[in-house]
Amino acid sequence: MRSSRARRLICWIAIGVPLAAFVLWAIGDNAKQFFSTLLNGITLAALYFLVASGFTLIFGLMRNVNLAHGSLYLFGAYIGWIVGDATDNWFLAVGVGFVSAALVGLLLQVSIFRFMQGQELRQTLVTIGISIVLADLMLWWFGGEIYSFDPPRAIYKSIPMWVVQRYPTYRIVVLGVAIVIGLALWWFLNRSRIGMMIRAGVDDRDMLAASGVNVQRVFAITFAVGAGLAGFAGVIGGSALSISPGEDTRYLLASLVVVIVGGMGSITGAAVGALLIGLAEQFGLAYAPTYGIVFTFLIMVLVLAFRPTGLLGRRTA
Amino acid sequence: MSAAEWRRAMNTGASRHAWARTTTVPAAATIVPARALSAETRIAALIGHIRPRHILVLLTVLVYPWLVNSFFAFQIGGQALALGLIALSLTFLGGYGGMVSLAQMSVAGVASYMVAIFGIAGAAQGGASSLGWPWWLAVIVALVIATAFATLVGWLSVRTEGIYTIMITLAIGVSFYYLAQQNYSIFGGHEGFNQVYAPTVLGIDFREPIPYYYLALFWALAGYFFIKYLLRAPFGAALQGVRDNPRRMNALGFNVTAHRVATYAVAGVLAVIGGVLMVWYNNRVSPGSASTEMMLNILIIAVMGGMKHPIGAFLGAIVFVLVQNFAIDIIARERFNLVIGAAFLSIVLFSPDGLLGLWSYFRGRVLALGAQSKTRIAGGG
Repeated sequence: MRSSRARRLICWIAIGVPLAAFVLWAIGDNAKQFFSTLLNGITLAALYFLVASGFTLIFGLMRNVNLAHGSLYLFGAYIGWIVGDATDNWFLAVGVGFVSAALVGLLLQVSIFRFMQGQELRQTLVTIGISIVLADLMLWWFGGEIYSFDPPRAIYKSIPMWVVQRYPTYRIVVLGVAIVIGLALWWFLNRSRIGMMIRAGVDDRDMLAASGVNVQRVFAITFAVGAGLAGFAGVIGGSALSISPGEDTRYLLASLVVVIVGGMGSITGAAVGALLIGLAEQFGLAYAPTYGIVFTFLIMVLVLAFRPTGLLGRRTA
Repeated sequence: MSAAEWRRAMNTGASRHAWARTTTVPAAATIVPARALSAETRIAALIGHIRPRHILVLLTVLVYPWLVNSFFAFQIGGQALALGLIALSLTFLGGYGGMVSLAQMSVAGVASYMVAIFGIAGAAQGGASSLGWPWWLAVIVALVIATAFATLVGWLSVRTEGIYTIMITLAIGVSFYYLAQQNYSIFGGHEGFNQVYAPTVLGIDFREPIPYYYLALFWALAGYFFIKYLLRAPFGAALQGVRDNPRRMNALGFNVTAHRVATYAVAGVLAVIGGVLMVWYNNRVSPGSASTEMMLNILIIAVMGGMKHPIGAFLGAIVFVLVQNFAIDIIARERFNLVIGAAFLSIVLFSPDGLLGLWSYFRGRVLALGAQSKTRIAGGG
């Protein structure tokens, strides 16, 4: 007991001291750059959390590594863009992004994954196949151009802030949305009846089925919500940056790394992982431009080396 | 050059096996002479194993480049053999080790980059330049560094199992892709390295289609027979044991983790050779050589061919390269991904053992039909 506490202390010191030294140096060197990088990191983390939370939700319950998650992100973004372009209503676009991706997710679960319960590897291979086909269909339909959204003016300005002086309002909005979604997910999983069933299913799927719950329906709902979150994030992220082919891989990688670092199947883990990865990416970009990705990789290596199940992952038998 | 690597990898496996035997089975001494005695009978058994179809296939691949034009020899034959070799490393890892790694293409990509960085290549963007070492030295360095990378990937991913392995190797592979793309000082950024040519050795220019084909064929055959041998050697037998029941193998005294990492290293060597062949095939290396698409292509090749037998990798590679080159005739060229994705999806959905599974299914059906008609004739007469 004592030795483990000592080890933890050494661990904190080993990570914390260089980190604190860096922070002090960076603030002294250029406070504005440091704080704007910090804000960028946190808002990027918010976006990553939105994408990864759906991924981890699906994985936690169904043990299904949905490698088509990035494609769902892109799909929701494109459909949202069409609607936004046609109606000039950005909020409608966000809603449609969620619903369209949720429908695709529901379709996948009902028509394919339902029939390969427990065959994890095969499900994963199928999702890879689906992601390839979907990516190419979307490239066919939408071409290689870059699309960008036209969100309401009120959230597309910049607001004055302390130290950083001005900061894009939209990024703050993304952060707010992520917090709201996070709280809503927490409420959904911990307080609602379906959430209770999902949590029970994560713990023991067979026992849940035995106690009279229609497990297939719970699975379908979870898959739809998880996929819908990807589509939702697609519109939100597409408005912050832009939509183009290849974004699917980028956000798939982000969700993978976030979930590996944070712990698979844990929403809180996804939040912690997203924060770490978002910050690492932005600080890497600002302070060591061509090696930025190395930091992400290093975090993953360190976590895997010392906590193979992720920071907040549960040890499974 | 790589034989030493292989031998070392095998020896560690074999000695561990022998050690395990002596500790678990005291009668190890009687086993060793029995194995030594059987050397002649083993060769006889090996010859007895050769079927007409084996000789037919071997002859076909040997005379193939002389029968077709240089496009088929180089673009189809050479590329299929090089890709097949990389896919073989995945078949070995996934089919026999139970570890589906998507990073095999990244290992090959590291090898390609190392050949370009240490060997002779054209000037790259952003100040990265190759060191201009002789080709054989560059290849050796590439072998060492890329195998070390493969071992690192293995060391990281053996901490996890099954689907987690796919996720982690995918994350590692995509990270490498982004690193190569962002980094201009070493990897030459978005453009990578151009003008990486295969060497001329003893007057044979390996840039020519037919010499390249034979070079690729040599390494493909070497890889194939090496894997065939390894699977029957103690190392491979133990590996399949580890795949099927790691806990029991652990109880038997095997170091399961070390065995898995060693498997990654061995598979890495195959992928490295494939990577060197690929850079000489393309004459260039860029982040796209190890992109997500290429990583998935290797998975598609291995799964489409079938992971139950090493030949599946090459079978899948031939089909893949043919589709890649002739998708233009089926549907627009840009839609190649759609064709190959749909083919992959239908294989995964309907024939989990790939083309080999289809083959054995239809063979079984035909044999059963034959037997049925035979009994019917016998019954009727």
